[in-house]
Formats: sequence, structure tokens, C-alpha cells
Amino acid sequence: MTKTILTVDDSRTMREMLLLALQEAGFNVLQAEDGMMGLEVLKDRQADVIITDINMPRLDGFGFIEHVRRDSTHRAVPILVLTTESDAEKKSRARSAGATGWIVKPFHPVKLVDAIRRVSA
Amino acid sequence: MNAFSAALVQEKHTGPARELIAFAVGQQEFCIDVMAVREIRGWTPATVLPHSQSYVRGVINLRGAVLPIIDLAVRLGFPPVDAMGRHVIIVVKVRSQVVGLLVDAVSDILTVTDAEMLPPPDVASDMAKHFVCGLLGIDGRMISILSVENVLPEREDGEAA
Amino acid sequence: MDSLRQIFFQECEEQLAELESGLLEIEGGSEDPEIVNAVFRAVHSIKGGAGAFALEDLVRFAHVFETVLDEVRKGRLSTASPVTETLLRAADVLADLVRVARDGGNVNEERIHTSADELAALSGAPIGANAEPEEEVSFEDFGFTPVAMDFPVFDDIAVVDTVSVEAEAEPDATTYTISFRPHPGLYTNANEPVVLLRELSRLGDAQIVCDTSTIPTLEELEAEGSYLAWTITLTTTHEEDDVRSIFEFVDGDCDLEIITGNAASSNDEPAGVDDDIAALLARVRGEFTEPVDESASPAASAADVVVGLAGSATAETAAAAIPSTPIIEAEAAKPTPEAAKTPPPAKAEKAAGSEAPSTNQTIRVDLDRVDRLMNLVGELVINQAMLSQRLTDAGLARDSEFATGLDEFEQLTHDIQEGVMAIRAQPVKSVFQRMPRLVREVAAITGKKVRLVTEGEDTEVDKTVIERLADPLTHMIRNAIDHGLESPEKRLAAGKREEGLVRLSASHRSGRIVIDIADDGAGINRQRVRAIAEEKGLIQPNAQLTDEEVDNLIFLPGFSTASTVSDISGRGVGMDVVKKSIQALGGRVSITSRPGEGSTFTLSLPLTLAVLYGMVVTVAEQTLVVPLTSIVETLKPKAGDIHGFGGDSRVISMRNNFLPLIDVGRELGYRSQPADPGAGVALLVESDGGAHSALMVDAIQGQRQIVIKSLEENYGRVPGVAAATILGDGRVALILDVDAIVAASRTGASNSETAFALAG
Repeated sequence: MTKTILTVDDSRTMREMLLLALQEAGFNVLQAEDGMMGLEVLKDRQADVIITDINMPRLDGFGFIEHVRRDSTHRAVPILVLTTESDAEKKSRARSAGATGWIVKPFHPVKLVDAIRRVSA
Repeated sequence: MNAFSAALVQEKHTGPARELIAFAVGQQEFCIDVMAVREIRGWTPATVLPHSQSYVRGVINLRGAVLPIIDLAVRLGFPPVDAMGRHVIIVVKVRSQVVGLLVDAVSDILTVTDAEMLPPPDVASDMAKHFVCGLLGIDGRMISILSVENVLPEREDGEAA
Repeated sequence: MDSLRQIFFQECEEQLAELESGLLEIEGGSEDPEIVNAVFRAVHSIKGGAGAFALEDLVRFAHVFETVLDEVRKGRLSTASPVTETLLRAADVLADLVRVARDGGNVNEERIHTSADELAALSGAPIGANAEPEEEVSFEDFGFTPVAMDFPVFDDIAVVDTVSVEAEAEPDATTYTISFRPHPGLYTNANEPVVLLRELSRLGDAQIVCDTSTIPTLEELEAEGSYLAWTITLTTTHEEDDVRSIFEFVDGDCDLEIITGNAASSNDEPAGVDDDIAALLARVRGEFTEPVDESASPAASAADVVVGLAGSATAETAAAAIPSTPIIEAEAAKPTPEAAKTPPPAKAEKAAGSEAPSTNQTIRVDLDRVDRLMNLVGELVINQAMLSQRLTDAGLARDSEFATGLDEFEQLTHDIQEGVMAIRAQPVKSVFQRMPRLVREVAAITGKKVRLVTEGEDTEVDKTVIERLADPLTHMIRNAIDHGLESPEKRLAAGKREEGLVRLSASHRSGRIVIDIADDGAGINRQRVRAIAEEKGLIQPNAQLTDEEVDNLIFLPGFSTASTVSDISGRGVGMDVVKKSIQALGGRVSITSRPGEGSTFTLSLPLTLAVLYGMVVTVAEQTLVVPLTSIVETLKPKAGDIHGFGGDSRVISMRNNFLPLIDVGRELGYRSQPADPGAGVALLVESDGGAHSALMVDAIQGQRQIVIKSLEENYGRVPGVAAATILGDGRVALILDVDAIVAASRTGASNSETAFALAG
């Protein structure tokens, strides 16, 4: 079955890049512009994997992940953090919030798909 | 366009059977490739365009688009006739341009093969040189194949010849 | 890729606008942390995208910029005046870099270096423009460099798979013994051992043994506990790093040991029971096992006991009810329930709790779709007009039922049209936002002090109008500073504030948008303007002109106050060009000026370019439309007002003035004989340069809103005709190009079809 990926990023460029890369790799893609909209999307849609940015208006990536992890419906969804910040602090904060893994921007499509494979059955 | 539909179109252009729509202008018969034809409609009075070439009848409203009308009789060098209800407008699309060709009447649709099409004879007439790209002899009739592109009015920007 | 680039640069423009307006608010004294965050995010986003397109210069500069903004964000750098100025300058440089990245051309290296050095000085770190962003190092850590996106490489995936399948056949394979015991936290973060094992087996030949020895008895078993461990013997040609990288995401959430060779795992003793309980408690408490959470509140610990007693069935619900450990570094807009424990910062209210996140619903629509809809509505308007005309023709319109139905239809059509136009409408903000930078630059070059005040930024107008407004506005603002405002010394001497004021405001007025550009400078120097106009032969030396007429001289083609032209207002563009471009939008420009107090330029523009209000007239049995914006007044001339003037020309006398009388029918070649002026109507029109003329038509049919249709799409340009429209009778009517008609009559091209044809 085709997997559905939810991408959460306030940058349209990044959303489009993800869309292109993910669709090319055969995924279904849902999009949200920030954490708030991400939660909104998850109200009536299921995602197999979530890819989220960290720096976003209204609800940032950390907050978004915490909310998802607290939601009984989506708590088991793998979440990959997408960020240019590759420093240890951001990663460990994302991990504490419940992130499954991370992708460092700018990403190579192969690495992106690779990361998804490493977290999803 | 996917490869399949591209192949289909290809087929229509070069394949053995080719459809042409025949019509009368003056006392002669002409035809054009049916692929260029969008629709055929009756004559409605046109709004005159200032400073236009004599063969441009003006413009009419084609479902909200402004459609220039070419008087084929004048364009082909026949004396002008008063357009009336029995006249017909053949709406053609060439590249992105849509224009109407005013003709006397549409006669029939011909299915011909490339082999049946003859080169235009070498005559002095400007009309023949510019607009006719081939001839058909069918049941004793002579039908000239028009090059639609050359019939169109010259554009200001010189885009269309 | 091109469309991605396009999206990226569009987004850059948005982010740059956000950046600038944010910085201006900060400069204005705002201390809203959300603004600082937004400013930071703007630069951050540009950097992120630029990285993907390998725009090195942009990445480098954005990185330096971002570092400083991060300092501001963390409160380590105050935003006092010199700092914001530096940041604004950096924003300008960033905008330049974006533009160069998009359009090519050269960057002003010196400006970049100066700005980067200023930024570096602020952040206190030794980063210059040439410093490598730290990210670049980490790109390499991750195994790739910031390459431009290249999507066709998707084929690689298949290749990788093939290689790994064949791996076991390779001669120099190594065997690793991997022992892997997940912690509960691994499951909490949605990692899945099965996936990891699958990935491991992709690397080569994997023998997997599961250790179930720590599974407790059924009654002790916790549904979300971690009891399994695995020992994998992997034979692969891959390096140990490749093997480790599979466990990258779970580092710290598991016990992992990788031993080269076939040695048995030394870690197969069961995990301590204490460990598991601790882990479970941590899970129940709120999921985290990381040391970051050491500040677990007493309330939470107390709850642990309750949960422990209640058993697993209620554990999950209880966990949801218990406040989880707060992340220490509080972010303004993080609407976690625990925010209630501490008084939230004012801004945090913006973001609601997870139960009901408020979203400002917007959708992005392809412009083509809106345009198609706009066209259809145009059809509807025409159709409605045709229908009402037919009912009138049939004598039915007076029937009350038809009349009511028709009225409703008309109203609905009108509402739909307005609705669709509203979709295309955008606030003028996007143009106004570009002006502060312009003002800073012009002020710097002229050595003047300028304060720009903008009002009515939210006033909406059609997107196309906005796009075409930028150039004239830019020029008028330049003009206001360069010519309008005095030097600081002169201002002080005149008893004014040293700092000049330029006010840019927009508002809606009777179905049009009105934009004022006002300065508090010296006002128009009418004597000088007159002198220049005389010198250039634009007016007769002794012409009687009102103040207003003198002011309007600056719009005349060929009028350029050459002696004061600097490299700012100059560039070979005069106010005549401004006026022309505004008129091309169906707009008008006017000036009011008071000596010593300043000048105000007022632009009045239609809200859309898709429709216009026109006067429908008859000329030689043809129906024409004259845009209402060009018509000053209409009159029925008396035969005595018309005078011959030279060979073919005629003039009409109006209030002690003689105006050229233009016979539209002849001008357009509809007739060769002059019309009888006594039988027709004269339309007094204003054309280029504010000159007035009278257009002679046969009759006026009425005024109405019309939908503009392109003639060029299927035909081409027609001299003297601006566009076409479709009237209620379904026929095409031409819209007169007033300026072209007047210009053609002036050059004597009238009455000559060939002249027109050649001119075309």
C-alpha cells in the first residue's frame, strides 16, 4: 500500500522539494505550513511517517512532536525532524520531544527516502 | 501528452488517410486540413477594424472571445461579395491564434491519401504561389489545398506570415 | 527544477518583506518576541532554501546574519539603534544577494564584506563573510555536501538495493556481531526494532537471534515495556560506520554493541528488573528518559504512585492527564497544556491548546484558475447584458415578473463579479514594503534625513495593478526626496524639523484606489518650472498659466529639470513616464503643492484591469467605447464654436480657449468626409501631458461597465484602439485609445490610412 507522509514546514520551497522528492519515490504526501496546521491535518488524516521542520511560526517542531506523541491516535507514527540545525542540542531536544530521527537540510532525495525507510515498516 | 496519444496524432498527420474539409469561394473549390478546424458557424455581422487590410472583415464575438474574420474571397484575389446569411465561417486554429474564414459554403469532407495530392502547377498567379500548397482531382472536380498559415493576416509583430 | 527555483525566489521575496517589516517594527521599539522569531525564521528559511540550490554566497551571508539574529532572539544582544541599522543594512544586502542569485549580475563585494563585518562585530564571534558556516561541516558529517537538488538520481535507490543483495558474494566481507537491546524510550519515539533489523539485513547476510529471556510473566507484563533483545551476526562488505548509521536514530535509546568478528555477545544477561521499572515509570510520567527532564515536578512524582497502583489499564489516560515535564527553554508560541502552570507570555495566547488549534484558513490557488473564473464571470456579465437587452427588445422587461427577475440576476452577477475580483485583490502592502529601503538609499545618497510614514497598507487592489504600480511609485518617492525635500541645513534654516517627512498612503474612494505621495518639503518652485518649460520651448514665454497648470508642466514629455537631476531621479525617466504608466493602468495623476509646505502627488487608479467604465458612443454607425477616465466633460457644440484651422483641421472654442477638434470617424477611417459638428457630440478628453482636446462623435448611447477583451490574442494591435469588449447585443465594440487618437491627429497622420498602417 502506498505510504502517506505528512510534511510540516513553513517554507514553501522546502514543502515543494519534499513533495517532489516524495512523490517521485511513490509516496502520498500531505502538507502543513506549521505545527498548528500539522495537528489540524492529523485530526482527520493518518500519516505513516511525519517529516517536520523545527523553526516554524505558531507551533514549532518541538511542540508539534510533543502534541503528536500525546495523541493516542498518532503516538506511534515515526517523526523525522527536518532541519539545517544538525548540532547535538537541537537533535537531543527533538529526541526528548519524541522525534524518531532526523534529516539534515539540504537533503539529497536518496538520503530522504533512506531515512524514511529506516523508521517505517 | 503521453507517448500513446502522441503516436495517435502522428498517425493522423502522416498516415495514409487524411481528412480535408472542402468549401467554395467564388466559383472555385478549396480545402483545408480538418485538424485545423474548430467549428463551423453561420455569418454574423462583424465589427469593422480601423486601418485593417481589405480582406479583414472585422471581428465577431465567439463565445466571449474576439474572433477576426478573414474574407477568403478577397484574400484569394476574387472580387468581394456581400456577406449574407448563407455564408459560412470556418473557425480555424493555427498555433495559438483562432480566426474565422468567411467562405461561400462548405461542400464535403474528403478522405485522401498523400499519393492523391498533386503539387500545385507552376502558374503566374500570386494566389496560387502563396496560398495553395497542393491540388486534388476528385470526380472531375479540382480542389486546391490551402495553406491555412499563409491565409492568416500579417500580425503587427510579424509573428505570423 | 525551474519551478522549484521559482517558488524559492518567490518565497525569498516574501521572507525579505517579512524580514524588513519585522526589523522596522523592532526599530520602532517593538519588543514582541514573536517578531524577533519571525525575523530569524525569515533569514533561516532563505538560508535553508539557498543551501538546497547550492547558492554559496547567499548561504554564507545568511548564516552570519542568522547568527546575530539568534543572539537577539536569545536576548543576548539588545536591539538599540545602531544594531537595528546594521540589521536593516544586512537585510538590504541579503535582498541583493537573492536578486543576484536569481537574475545574475554582479554583487557589490565591498558592501557584503562591510555588512558581514558589522554583523560579525555584533555577534562577537570571529565570523567574517568568508567564514564557513558550521552547517557545512555537518553536511559532511552526514555524508553529503550541499549539492544542488538533482532529482533524477532517484534511480540510485534501486541500485543501492541491488548492491546490498549481492553483497554476500563479495570476497572481502566482514562479520559483525551486534547486540541490540532497545530501551522503552526507543518505542516511545516510534522507532521500530523490526525496521532496524530489516535495514541491517539489507547490508548483507544477517543471522538474527531474539533474546526473550527477560519477558516477565503475563500479569507483570507491561504493554509498552521493552523486553526483547537481539543478537545479529551480520556478514557484509559495508564498513562498521554503515552498520552503526542504521542505529543513528536510536543512539542512547538502546544498548548497542558491535563487535567485529564472530565473538559471542558479552551482553546477554537479562536486564535488571529495576531498570525496567525505572523506565516504565519514566514512560508513564511523561515519556522522557533524557536527563533534560530532571526538573520533574513533585506533582508528577506523586501521580506516579497513583498510576503505579492503578495498573496498566488506566496508565495511558492518567499519563495524558498528568502534566509532562516542561522543556526548560520556553518558546513563546508553544501551546502545551503545562503552559497553564506558569503565567503564559501575552503572545502565547495566539496559539491555542492542542484540543482546538485555531487556523487562519487560506488556500493557495493557481493564478490561471482565478483568471479562468474571471473570464467566465466576464461572460456572465455580457450574457446578463444580452439577456436584459433581448427582454427589452421583446417588450418584456417592463413586465414586473421579468423586471424583478432581471434585477436579481443583475445583482447576483454583480456580486459574483465583485467576489471574483476580491480573490485577485491584494493589499498594496507588497509594494509599500519595498519603499523603506528605497527611502534609506535615496536619503543616504542625497545626504537628507527622511522619515517615511505609510498608511492604508491593507487597502486592496487587483494583483496586476499592484505589479504595475511599483515602478511609478518608486520614481515618485525618489522624486519626493530628491526634489521635494530640502537639505537638513535648509530645513533648519526654514524653521522645520531637520528630518523630512514623506507620507505614502492608500485608500479606497468611490470605486477606485487613491494613493498619495506627500512630502513636507519646499513645494514646487513654480518660477523655476516655468523658466525650464520656456527654455525647452514647451510653453510660450508669455503664456498665461494658473499655478495648477504650471505644476502640471512637470508631466510634459521633454520636461526634465536637468540641472538638478542626480543619479537618483535621473536615469532618463521623467515624470511624463510616470504619468504614462499610470494612465496605461486607467489612472490619473494630480499634484497639489504649496510653497514652503510641500507637495502631494495623488494617483487615482481603477481597482481592476479586467473591467472599465466606459461611455458607449456611435461613430459612423459603429459602436465605440471611450474610457470614462479620459473624459473630462461632454457637450453639444454650437456650429459657431467650430472654426476651421488650416487645411483640414478644425478647432472648437471653449471658455476662451481653442481646442483641437478630432473627428473620430475620419481618424479611424470609418468615413472620408468630415462629420457635421452641429449634429454630433464633443467629448472633452485629457490626454498625454494633460493637454485637452475634443473628440467628435455622432451620439452617446450611455455609460456602462464593460469587460475588457484582448484584440491582440487572435489578431494584433489596431492603431487607435486599446482593446475590445462585447456589448449587450452580443457584438464586439472597440475601446478607443484616446491618447493614440490624439497623438495621431497631432502628427497629421489623420485622414490617411496609409500613415496609420505605416505607423503601426
